[in-house]
Amino acid sequence: MNLRRLLSIVVKELRQLRRDRLTFAMMVGIPTMQLLLFGYAINLDIRNLDAAVLDQAQTVHSREVVAQLGQTDVMNFKYRLADPQQIDELLRAGKISAALVIPPDFERRLATRDRVPLQIVVDGSDQVIQQAARQLAGLPLDSALNPGGAVNPNQTLGNVEIVNFYNPERRAPVNTVPGLIGVILTMTMVLFTAMALVRERERGNLEFLIATPVSAGELTIGKVLPFIAIGLVQVTVVLVLGVLIFNVPIRGSLIDVYTSSLVFIVASLALGVFISTLAQTQFQSMQIAFFTFLPQILLSGFMFPYAGMPWPAQWIAEILPMTHFIRLIRGIMLRGAGLRDLWPELAALGMFIVIMMTIAISRTSKRLD
Amino acid sequence: MTQQPSPLPASGHLPPQAEEGKELAIRARGLTRKFGNVVAVDHLDLNVGRAQVYGFLGPNGSGKSTTIRMLCGLLLPTAGEIEVLGFRIPEQAEQLKRRIGYMTQRFSLYEDLTVDENLDFVAAVHEFTRAQARTRITELLDRYWLGDLRGRLAGTLSGGQKQRLALAASVLHKPDLLLLDEPTSAVDPQSRREFWDSLFDLVDAGTTILVSTHLMDEAERCHRLAILDHGKLVADGSPRELMDALPGVALLVECDAPRKAQAALTGFPDVVALAQVGANLRVLTRDGDNARDAIAQHLKEAGIDARVEPTPPNLEDVFVAATKREPRAPKPAEAHA
Repeated sequence: MNLRRLLSIVVKELRQLRRDRLTFAMMVGIPTMQLLLFGYAINLDIRNLDAAVLDQAQTVHSREVVAQLGQTDVMNFKYRLADPQQIDELLRAGKISAALVIPPDFERRLATRDRVPLQIVVDGSDQVIQQAARQLAGLPLDSALNPGGAVNPNQTLGNVEIVNFYNPERRAPVNTVPGLIGVILTMTMVLFTAMALVRERERGNLEFLIATPVSAGELTIGKVLPFIAIGLVQVTVVLVLGVLIFNVPIRGSLIDVYTSSLVFIVASLALGVFISTLAQTQFQSMQIAFFTFLPQILLSGFMFPYAGMPWPAQWIAEILPMTHFIRLIRGIMLRGAGLRDLWPELAALGMFIVIMMTIAISRTSKRLD
Repeated sequence: MTQQPSPLPASGHLPPQAEEGKELAIRARGLTRKFGNVVAVDHLDLNVGRAQVYGFLGPNGSGKSTTIRMLCGLLLPTAGEIEVLGFRIPEQAEQLKRRIGYMTQRFSLYEDLTVDENLDFVAAVHEFTRAQARTRITELLDRYWLGDLRGRLAGTLSGGQKQRLALAASVLHKPDLLLLDEPTSAVDPQSRREFWDSLFDLVDAGTTILVSTHLMDEAERCHRLAILDHGKLVADGSPRELMDALPGVALLVECDAPRKAQAALTGFPDVVALAQVGANLRVLTRDGDNARDAIAQHLKEAGIDARVEPTPPNLEDVFVAATKREPRAPKPAEAHA
């Protein structure tokens, strides 16, 4: 790897990019347009939310309520907690999406009916989960709550109070914008790298280049480096517009946002490099790139909840870099989580990069055959 | 595809050449390349001496480009040995790449970069420092009349200008061996002449040049020529030697109805090739004087009034004789090919 040569490729790439007005406009135009377009969200019913129970009452009734809610399959109680503090921790790390809280004075609340007896804490950074919680709030728990079986006709309060963590106003952009960073980076990074590398081959430049001392590694890295900078610019555009127009909070550290974005950009570039080794023409590479977009957008949890997918879909989702990035960016921006809480997602992205680059480099040879 | 014995001597039978004792720039033995079942290059033996222009002449698909690509390590040979500038190819291809320049058939620099930027890039690729690059690029811009065009995008240049830029880029690092794949196919005669002047300047400076072509006027300028057909070397020598060694005789048939004469002579024994040249018909025969009389006789019988005269052979005759197995019979229209 020769730095002077690497730099010369970067400079050449930037010069070409500067002349390619359309691509250049797209780099900034795509994030802006998509951000403005996606003011809406898609809501769906879900099941099997990972959840925790904090039963502070520990009475016959409270246990019955837990059992009954468990049977609805909406919540899957993985943790039984003793300390309210733990709810915060688990939510932040993304280990649970909801928690059922039964207050110590549960029996008294039931009897007097002056306060809502149950509380469900949900991860408001995922709007689909908010939706599910609303569903839960409407569950008929009367059999458990009114042992006599008589429905109280004067009931003015519901049985369950929903406490919406992280997105109390339930504004869709709050959920959409962080995920949108992932969508935009995926679409531009994968596509542009795949096409940029194949362009060299298609236009015949490669035949000249491989007769020079340039190595395949220098060529690939040199061509990909400028895109990292462009990716970070896009992240900035989305963040700035998201904050200014949609009032999206950035609760975690900005450094964590950029760190995870950087890792995700590299993962997307690696995917693009891999695609470029499969395609012979720019058109082919575009087709293959689009083929990877749909699963990334649909299965990553950006559009549909991961929890509601059948296991094969979840399995595929785990392979896709965007799934991990969506978890990272929502965790950091909306739940104020740090990379320490979310390190497995970062590790998954790292693994994806290593595997993709290994395959890509083993497929690149400095020959025409 | 069965290959009939060629009427011309192949390299193996030629007497030792003048450059014997001089170091060879390229030596290849039994060079073969297959693409699936197709044999693109078939047991080629090559000896290219230093500081000369060596031409590959052959029809499209004869394996010229494939051979050049194997010689610079871009393609792996299926079989055979190659030694270029003392490097064993493909094992030492990376070392070789610092010492060769390769000009591709298609313009392969960046059309969306300027002349200056392209050369800048190539200089950096060859690890020139900024100062070295500036000096060398100024020199090249001057030598190849690109000075006024330095700020122009390469994509907006004319064919001849592009080709000068491509040549400048491939000799920027002063390679010992320059490989040119059909360099002047898309260039007008004036530019072609200038281009060849530049090539001879390079040869004077000690560069070995290997050029592939299917143009006769280009082939004639080479010091030595290898004629390729279907991946095989069918003739090898200087253009003069090849013309002298032409076993048949070239005849010029002057008559009022050259097309009729052509039709009459198609399929005639001993006629190797027919081509109309203006109002005349050029006939290449396998055998000397007998053929001339036989042809004159035959035309008279066909009611065509014609004068049949011998004419000095040219390189095209050599090329046609070497690459043609059977005179092409069917339609007269095809006899042009």
